[in-house]
Amino acid sequence: MNDQRSAGDVLEDDPVGRLKVFVYELPLKYNKKIVGRDARCLNHMFAAEIFMHRFLLTSAVRTLNPEEADWFYTPVYTTCDLTPNGLPLPFKSPRVMRSAIQFISTNWPYWNRTEGADHFFLVPHDFGACFHYQEEKAIQRGILPLLKKATLVQTFGQENHVCLKEGSIIIPPYAPPQKMQAHMITPDTPRSIFVYFRGLFYDVGNDPEGGYYARGARASLWENFKNNPLFDISTEHPTTYYEDMQRAVFCLCPLGWAPWSPRLVEGVVFGCIPVIIADDIVLPFADAIPWEEIGVFVAEKDVPNLDTILTNIPIDVILRKQRLLANPSMKQAMLFPQPAQPGDAFHQILNGLARKLPHDKSIYLKPGERTLNWTAGPKGDLKPW
Amino acid sequence: MFHSHGTRRSNAAARSSASGGLEGGGVGSPAASSASEGSSFRPSASTFWLLLHGLCCLISLFLGFRFSRLIFVLLFSNTIYTYTTTTTTTITSTRTETLTVSFPLTHTPPIETAVKPNNSALELSDKMSNQGSSHSQVVVGRHGIRIRPWPHPDPTEVMRAHRIIERVQQEQRKWYGVKSPRPLIVITPTYARTFQALHLTGLIHCLRNVPYPVTWIVVEAGGVTNETASLLARSRVQFLHIPFHEKMPVEWAERHLTENRMRLLGLRVIRERNMDGIVLFADDSNVHSLDLFDEIQKVQWMGSVSVGILAHSGGPDRTLLTEDEKLNPPIPVQGPACNSSGHLIGWHTFNSIPYSEKSATFVGESATVLPGKMEWSGFVFNARMIWKEAEDGRPEWVKDLDKIGENGEEIESPLALVNDASFVEPLGDCGKKVMLWWMRVEARADSKFPPGWIIDPPLEIVVPAKRTPWQESDDLAGSKLEQDDRRFTRPKSRSSSKRKNTLPGQDN
Repeated sequence: MNDQRSAGDVLEDDPVGRLKVFVYELPLKYNKKIVGRDARCLNHMFAAEIFMHRFLLTSAVRTLNPEEADWFYTPVYTTCDLTPNGLPLPFKSPRVMRSAIQFISTNWPYWNRTEGADHFFLVPHDFGACFHYQEEKAIQRGILPLLKKATLVQTFGQENHVCLKEGSIIIPPYAPPQKMQAHMITPDTPRSIFVYFRGLFYDVGNDPEGGYYARGARASLWENFKNNPLFDISTEHPTTYYEDMQRAVFCLCPLGWAPWSPRLVEGVVFGCIPVIIADDIVLPFADAIPWEEIGVFVAEKDVPNLDTILTNIPIDVILRKQRLLANPSMKQAMLFPQPAQPGDAFHQILNGLARKLPHDKSIYLKPGERTLNWTAGPKGDLKPW
Repeated sequence: MFHSHGTRRSNAAARSSASGGLEGGGVGSPAASSASEGSSFRPSASTFWLLLHGLCCLISLFLGFRFSRLIFVLLFSNTIYTYTTTTTTTITSTRTETLTVSFPLTHTPPIETAVKPNNSALELSDKMSNQGSSHSQVVVGRHGIRIRPWPHPDPTEVMRAHRIIERVQQEQRKWYGVKSPRPLIVITPTYARTFQALHLTGLIHCLRNVPYPVTWIVVEAGGVTNETASLLARSRVQFLHIPFHEKMPVEWAERHLTENRMRLLGLRVIRERNMDGIVLFADDSNVHSLDLFDEIQKVQWMGSVSVGILAHSGGPDRTLLTEDEKLNPPIPVQGPACNSSGHLIGWHTFNSIPYSEKSATFVGESATVLPGKMEWSGFVFNARMIWKEAEDGRPEWVKDLDKIGENGEEIESPLALVNDASFVEPLGDCGKKVMLWWMRVEARADSKFPPGWIIDPPLEIVVPAKRTPWQESDDLAGSKLEQDDRRFTRPKSRSSSKRKNTLPGQDN
């Protein structure tokens, strides 16, 4: 009982009254029209940017008076240009973001006042504000220069990486709460699967030989454990995926093309201990959720010994992790329910923003002081949108 | 999140190779090589290098990564190995072992495993840290796929994993399961016959998986026999072996009645010993689901569950089913019937009219075996209900056990134990959930089987069976048997006639 309370303390903070957020009114082409073109954006794992906007519009922390606002939010959906398969294309995103920032800097004085240091943006794509799905390209681009001072709320987190800047807030990817709720089974169903994973091991379309995708970790998982009866791993997509997770003790969350994955959210919601295989990853709300105590971290080089590692965890440690996972505030913090509920991911984002207050006086620029370079970056980004 | 071969190529070609920074794939190698080495040659050689470049590009187009990477490594081998000697030595040692071991083991190796060992050295040499920031431990690019030399489960670890799972399930039961579980008393009537070992083993395994303390009362018709005793002794379930001094009759109707009397005997044993718990009737050939044992913990005095009736026909007789029924054959279910508010209003019984002409009369006859009107296995009750002293408020609607059967009348169903059937509690979501299935499968009453199902001493003569399932291989079967015989160096001659030989060790 004690364990549950200590892990959930910070999660239950109420941000209302601790901060004020001003929501810029952008022309509809930056948000509503984009969603109108493709409604799939509301269901994929990047949907947090859309739902955060909707939440803030009706939230108690919203203020209509920008003079008293602590934080400024720009509702621009940069991850909603989808291929026919549903994957977002990031090629126009830098231009869209740039255009939005240009709009707010010319129509309101607040951007120029601090060059965006008290503004926050949601960039839930693979590598955040680097706006590319391929890691080398993303590293080459780096974070969009205009966002150098702003606070970024993103799903990508890896230590010492170009695309994660200091002070960013890491959030979980979006997972549909109603769908998960619909597949709940009674908690007395005995957990009989030891290790569970469903997903790709080789991305045959983009990396046929392996070694590139997931830095070879997923392929190593398959080659080492495909014949191990304790490991229920395969590429099939069963209809009982959520139910199976609730019958498993460990759920693997290996990296893919990017280190983060919705499996973490699913594992926490379904009480399956997440086994995180992604070196140097930064997990969502790491300052509020004690991930070391909930999940198991395995280095990518130790994947061939995963069975030894997992079976050697002392049983009371495993039971403790399950007890912590059963804490409802932990599950709530991973979800984006509509309408918003206390303790959910929206509130955790606001808590994170509130913890960064009060702003340091130095963010307010003196007249004539300019550090942002509006012409930096690849030439293609400078084209207006 | 997809890559295209084209972008990678153009990207690599655009970069200079002088810095040595390389992206996994290294398709740009011919361009790089020509750029670095072209400057040191005279202009007449530049066309030669251009042609070589073109040739390499064409070959790369067809062979892809493998060729281009090979070229790259051969040209830049001296620079690379000095850089990565420390890392490659440790990793290649593990990889070379996989080359020898993994191939014979995998019967149908996927394409990837065939490719990976060949390229192991190349892949590892490609692994260099590049544009990632200098503090980062994680390198971008192609990595080796680590496979340990013996990727098979270790039995001690498997056992440890099972202990973990067991403990987790115990904890789950503590948190979410039945709060104060009561012990179970299971009554099973049985007798020694051909399929007894088959049925009892299934039941033993089921009872061993029940997470509550179980006392198993086995009532055996025809007295205590060695077969049954040996099965029970190996079962590791706490049991009471009670003899019933009548042999099991061969007719089904008689057999049902005898079984009922055996069950009553079991109840009397409970009464004598004042055993506490929940009484459940588990026939040896029935199939139980583990949910059943959790559900019956809810019973107060007397409860009833739905029983699925698997009345099979002995032969391939399908004329009874309509077309619609063939697609979705409904399994008849015997059990409580409730109204919309969940109160018991009646009973679903087995409709035996379609089978009236074709039912089996003798045990082992290949026709449909029919259940009785209400099967005992569908009822459970609190053991205190049949105790002598009416302590703990035994309800008045329960008859005293001594008064039942004393006039020699036959007890058809447990409803005879109660005065008022409306007090029976319907379990399993008011009978909607079927958690056990009634089934009767028996061999012919006069069929023989080796005692204890052990053939001792082992058979010495191999005789081809009268009918093999593989029709075309009559000759092959003969020749294969000869080969087997030769392998075992038995000098005995094979008898190819019918089974007229008496085999030693068999009682006939």
